Order: sequence, then C-alpha cells, then structure tokens
Amino acid sequence: MLGQLIASGIAIGATYALMALAMVIIYKTSEVLNFAQGDMAMLSAFIAYMCLSTYGLGFAMSFTLALAFAFALGAFLEFAFLRRAKEPNVLGLIIITLGLEMMLYGLASWRWGSDQKDFPFPVSDFEVHQLGGGVVISELNLVTLGVACALMILLFMFFRYTKVGVAMKATQQNQQAARLMGIRVGRIMMLTWGMSSVVGACAAFLIASTDTLDPNLMWTPQLKGFSAAVLGGMTSLVGAVLGGFILGVVENLFGGYVSVEFKAVVAFAVIVLILCVKPSGLFAKHYVRKV
Amino acid sequence: MDMKRDYYEDIRLLDSGPQVFWLVVLLGALAAFPLLADSYQIYTVNLIAINVIVALGLNLLVGYTGQISLGHAGFFAIGAYSTLALMLGAHLPFIVALPLAGFISAAFGFLLGLPALRLEGPYLAIATLGFGLTITQILGRLDVFGGHMGLQAPPLELFGLKVTSDAGRYAVIMPICVILTWGLRNLTKTRVGRAFVAVRDSDIAAECIGVNLTYYKTLAFAVSAFYTGIGGGLMAFILGFISPHTFNVMVSIMFLAMVVVGGLGSILGSVMGAVLITWLQLELARIGELPYVGPVLTELSNQVFTLSGLPNVQYVVFGLIMVLIIIFEPLGLYGFWIRTKIYWRTWPF
Repeated sequence: MLGQLIASGIAIGATYALMALAMVIIYKTSEVLNFAQGDMAMLSAFIAYMCLSTYGLGFAMSFTLALAFAFALGAFLEFAFLRRAKEPNVLGLIIITLGLEMMLYGLASWRWGSDQKDFPFPVSDFEVHQLGGGVVISELNLVTLGVACALMILLFMFFRYTKVGVAMKATQQNQQAARLMGIRVGRIMMLTWGMSSVVGACAAFLIASTDTLDPNLMWTPQLKGFSAAVLGGMTSLVGAVLGGFILGVVENLFGGYVSVEFKAVVAFAVIVLILCVKPSGLFAKHYVRKV
Repeated sequence: MDMKRDYYEDIRLLDSGPQVFWLVVLLGALAAFPLLADSYQIYTVNLIAINVIVALGLNLLVGYTGQISLGHAGFFAIGAYSTLALMLGAHLPFIVALPLAGFISAAFGFLLGLPALRLEGPYLAIATLGFGLTITQILGRLDVFGGHMGLQAPPLELFGLKVTSDAGRYAVIMPICVILTWGLRNLTKTRVGRAFVAVRDSDIAAECIGVNLTYYKTLAFAVSAFYTGIGGGLMAFILGFISPHTFNVMVSIMFLAMVVVGGLGSILGSVMGAVLITWLQLELARIGELPYVGPVLTELSNQVFTLSGLPNVQYVVFGLIMVLIIIFEPLGLYGFWIRTKIYWRTWPF
C-alpha cells in the first residue's frame, strides 16, 4: 500500500515536475510568472492531435512538428506581447500572461470545441512492470519519469555549461548589465520562451495520453506545476523537479490515508505552509530586495 | 490646475463645485433609472453594481496596497454562502445577515493576509490562487452548504416587504453600492488610505517611516474581503441559486480584469472597468446574435472553427483587452479619461 502510493505519487509528480520545469525556465530568465504555460502546451498537444488524426502522419513526425510549433508559439508570444510592455511590474506581467492564457484557451475551444478527444500515444498506460513487493508502475509512467529526469539533466547542463545558458542566467540577474556585455537580451528572451514552451508541450503530450484531450486539459497540471515550482523555489531547476515529486507523493499519501475528497486541496495547503516557513521555497536562495 | 494649498483640501471628499453638481446628477439618474428602464436593463445594472462593489474591494488591495490577489472568487463565495447560511440556518433577517457575512469574509481576508505578509510577487499570486480554489473545493464537499448541488436563495425580505422584482433588488443593491463607493473614497483619503499607498510604493520605506506593515497589509486584505463578501451576498439573490461552480477561477480573473482594465489605484477606474467588463460579458455570451460581428464570426466558425465553440470567442476578446490595456495604457480606462480631460482643457494649444 505505502510503496504503491509512493510509486504512483512519483509517477504523477513527474508530470508536475515537467510543468514546473517549463515555468522555472521562463522565471529564471525574465521573472515572469507565466499563466499561459498550460494553454500553450495544450495548443501544442492539439496540433499533435491534428497531425496524427486529421493528416495521418506518424508519431515521430507529428510530435516533431508539434514541438516545432510549440517553440514558434513561445517565441512569438514573447516577441509580440511580452516585449511590447513598457516598464511592466510584476502585476502587469501576470495580467499579460493571464490575457494570453484566455486568448489561447478561447481559440482552442473555438477551433476544437469542448468535447473530449482520445489522444493516441505509442506507449500504453495499461502495460505494467513489477517493481517488487507488489508495487507496479505502468510503462507510460516510466516514460514520463524518464522524460522528466532527462529534461532536467539536459537543462541543468545547458544552464551551466553552454554560452547561451549562462547568457540566460545573466539576463535574469541584471538585464542592463547583460545588454552592456553584448548579450542580445531580446533574442535570449525569445529563446527562453520557445524552450519553455517545448518542455510544456512534452508534459502536455504525456498528460493527454493518460487522460483525454480537451481545452481544459492543462489547467490543473499547470496549477500543480506552479505549486511544485513555488515549493522548490522559482529559480531552481532541481528544486522544481524535486518539488514536483514531493507534491505528487504528498498528494497521493494524503489521498490514500487521510481523505480522497480533499486530495486536490492538499497541494495548496502544503505550499502555503511551506511558504510561511521558507518564503522563497525549499531549494532557492532567498534574495532580500534593496530599497 | 489641481493645486492643493493645504491639508484640508487634500482630504476633502469632493474637490470642486462641478463635481458636486455632477454627483447630484448621477445620483438623480440612478434614482430615476428603475422607473424608465425595462426588467432586463435593471438586471444588467444590478450585476454591474455588484461587480462595482467587488472591483472597488479588489482595487483597494491590488491598486492601492499593491498586493496581488487571484483568489477573490473565494471571498465572493464566502460572502454568498455565509449570507444564505445565516438566513436559512440561523434565521437572521437579510439586513443582519449581509453585514455579518461581510465580516466573516473579512475574517478570512485577515487570515489570508497573514501568510501574505511574508510573500510577494509570484509567490503571493500562487498562494491567493490556491486559497480561491481551496475554498470552492471545501464548499463543494460540505453537506451543510448543499455540497455540489448548491444552495437555493430564500426570498429576499426587507423591513417586512417582500422583494421579488428586478427593480426591487435594484432598490436594495444600488444604495449599498453607492454607500460602499463613498466609504472607499473616504478611506483612501484618510491616514489609513495613505498608509496603503505607502506600502504599495515601497513597503520597506513605509516601515521605516512608521507604517505598521502587519497591521496595514492584513487590514487591506480584510477590507477588500469585506467588500467582496458583500458583493457575493448580494449576488446570491441575483442568481437565486449558488453552487461551488459559480465561483471558479475565471471569476477571480474577471475581477482582476475589471480592476486592471478600469485603472489600478482609482475609484472611478474601478467603476468604469466593472461597467465595461460586465456589459461585455453579457453581450459576448450571445456573440453570434450581435449585429455586424455576429454573421461574420458565424461564417468564420463554419469555415475554420466550430460553431459549437463560438461563445468561447469572449475569452479571446477579454484576453486581448487585458493584454492591450497593459501594453498601451497601463493606467487603464482611467488613464484614458485623464488624458482626454487634459487634452480638452488645453484644447486649442
């Protein structure tokens, strides 16, 4: 019982971790809390669905096309909307992303309606593997777990060892100084949004394959991703992934032992409690703002 | 132009003769409105008045005190449910239950204000968002409040008179709206209001000059929650029936949209934002029937999109409005109004 709850908690946590990663990438570079994240991913999943079922392309082709679309969408949104805001504050940026979220949601549900669609996926959710001690995990969960960990490691390496990654970190710390050092800040931002959108799209494919595809698909995972990111500290990649796993496990344990009814609520209770103790999350340094 | 010569001029509620004149005209128009309009128009104005109350409360928190809240649907729900529960369960009259519900909501606001003391920016946004979701989840699970089935509003009775028509509800809602607007205008002109603004502009600097951050931040949350709770209590009677689904996240976002579109940190702005957004909500819900736009969109739906998804165009419109307002006019409609006024004041030049 306990082992199974933890195993499936980790499996659910992996999808939260992916969403959290997507959010952290954007927050790390531009300090924008991106509420459009989920719906950007949802739209990409719909593109994949369209390629698969309407045009009958193969899985590899469809997913590549959808990921390319995700990248373009992210870059476009940054270029067309976020960059146009003059000296925005935190609230202004949140409002812009909320507005984008509503636009994307509206467009998707206008185009595809709100009925649920079956999202085909090469890996099945019903083939299970024994982990010993009666604990089972489905193939899809293993893939999700693998994708989350691989993306985390890749992104970690990217931010640490590549020139572009370092430029992204520099942009977050001080845009003015980064610009003076010859970093094209605008281009870096576009790149960040594109990357984040791709990570989000990966999450959306995996979530859509366990669930059905409809325009509301990503709202809950996005909130959980937010909570995971906040839990781990908004600027830490490792924190985001661990936050996702912790959230998934805590949620599942709560559902198993205390009350299934309030399972959806527990995530927020946890983050409020943790934020009271550590206002910048578990794994991030706390910066005190100067006056 | 608007030079203030002493302190008493600064705290005066109405600045000039014309303002008094226009206020009297406005109040007269509001009093005469139910005699001239039909039932649906009165219903619309009732909705607008409630949204004005909520927008004022939210603006006090977001615009004046600088704290983000994405959870005001939670307070709205608390207000609505407490009003009904007090009337149905404790058999209190409406006139007692409504303010009590406001205070219950304010108590929750105070509680939410406590963690908010340590949080800022995105962290606060998430915490408040979580609060709003949690409240509706919990309300949906409690059988006392009807669970997912919701609650039926009892007949509205005031001083022994049964209120059944839209005009009757207007007579209840509009005075409350006017009084609360007046109260907020008064509040922002006092020491407390100035403390809120100081906290918004720089909380550390405000603390240095002696503003008690704990007190004023929680007070802002409480007052804001009070306004929203009152709005929720009135909304229960407009709808006649409430369930947890009435108070979803979209409601919180719409409240925020009203405040931002109207203008942060301005009372006139809150009113304008609430009027515009509420009116658009009602109009866009039946977008296919609108003149000029409707046929074009229907045709477009048939060609590219789906007809069943057509009402979702309203989200696109609202999203676009929010984005464009922030990009082009961060002060919202109020900023637009101010610019127009100044343009005409100095017109030929």
